Amino acid sequence: MNLRKKAVTKSIWLYHISCGSCNNCDIEILDCFTPRFDVERFGIQLIGSVRHADALIITGAMNKKAVARMKRVYEQAPKPCFVIAIGQCALSQQMFRDSYNVDKPLDHILPVDLYVPGCPPRPEAMIDGIAKLIAKIRKGK
Amino acid sequence: MVEGRCSAAQEKMIFFNFLIFPGFLFCTSCGLLASWFDRKLSARLQYRIGPPWYQNFVDIFKLAGKEIIVPANARATFLFAPYIGCLSAVLVATVIGNNIFFQPSGFNGDLIVVIYLLLIPPVAAMLGAFASRNPLASIGAGREMKLVLSYELPFLLAVIAMVIKSAGAIQFSAMIAQQAYFGSNIFSFSGFFSFIVVFICIQAKMGLGLFDVSEADQELMSGVAIEYSGLPLAALKLTKSVLLYSLPLMVIILFFGNNLNPFLVVVKYIAILTGIILIKNTNPRLAVDQLLHFFWSVPLVFSLAAVVLALIGF
Repeated sequence: MNLRKKAVTKSIWLYHISCGSCNNCDIEILDCFTPRFDVERFGIQLIGSVRHADALIITGAMNKKAVARMKRVYEQAPKPCFVIAIGQCALSQQMFRDSYNVDKPLDHILPVDLYVPGCPPRPEAMIDGIAKLIAKIRKGK
Repeated sequence: MVEGRCSAAQEKMIFFNFLIFPGFLFCTSCGLLASWFDRKLSARLQYRIGPPWYQNFVDIFKLAGKEIIVPANARATFLFAPYIGCLSAVLVATVIGNNIFFQPSGFNGDLIVVIYLLLIPPVAAMLGAFASRNPLASIGAGREMKLVLSYELPFLLAVIAMVIKSAGAIQFSAMIAQQAYFGSNIFSFSGFFSFIVVFICIQAKMGLGLFDVSEADQELMSGVAIEYSGLPLAALKLTKSVLLYSLPLMVIILFFGNNLNPFLVVVKYIAILTGIILIKNTNPRLAVDQLLHFFWSVPLVFSLAAVVLALIGF
């Protein structure tokens, strides 16, 4: 069991969901995979199919249309699956809070394991967040 | 090989061969290391640092511990197909490894067995993808089928040219013996042409770079593998790794077989692998129609030329 947890921390495969974000967070996520930050050296990969995912990275203000799809994608993921909220919108909906097309922030919808604030958060902040997530998994969630 | 039943000791040896030394344990570890070499070299080419050497082992181990999801309408073949593909890839690695590491071994016709077995991983991938009832997986499987149809003809012709070259022997050990006596096949005209064709075709067999049509990450979201999770996905990844180990070794037997001492084999293997990775990193993926045009033009002409040259005796 312990060994299995360790294996997950050494190779986290991320599936990226955008729930009505302005694309800034999404671009900053891609920055993590560029030569300057290169998170592949920690075994982190961005993958295409949610069936392969170990963690979902979710950005955006949770607009009503996208939330239903996001829930379905979460249900399709194989189950030791962590949820990472990226950006101020996913955390608190920021300036979209009283908009007609958004309802609740992410942690009212899914169990969130990691919050990375910022508008958009810097790649360093995301890597720091992943390190904290790994520490949390090691300690035994 | 002896006729009829083999003795208990031989049976044990066969199990040892299949499960441990040139077989499962050895070829998967070598294959995963080769996959790491691929990732690391690709990362260095892009000015990145790249993952540590144990990364692919960790990935497989992690996938083995994950939940296995079966789509609601999937058929039974969905779960069996990846294991069948993996097993046949391991069998190929065993036959080839036996010929490289224990010199006078193999059986008559093992070349034909290897060519048949090499066709099973793509067929298994197609069966699994069609059984998953996912539209993207179906597109991936259709593309895989077109890919197989386009590369199989030049590949077979190129191998036949080498069979003609070694006086009609369809046995790896006979081909090695021939090359040990007359020098490597690559230094003859027919050998050179068929080497180019086989070198291109093994990349298509592994689905790398140029020929990554069935798992196209950007458009099909990993295509044939889209519905797999957990252990079957690990089996799919292992199949690719084992092919990355065994196909360059097959090229070594067919074209560089004059001296098979272990050090030289490793040097030749790394050279071929590096060539494959460089091509993978510097070329974009071909579209499906371009694939068919490509394989049925230059490689087909080259392989026909190789057959004719081998028949004449060059």
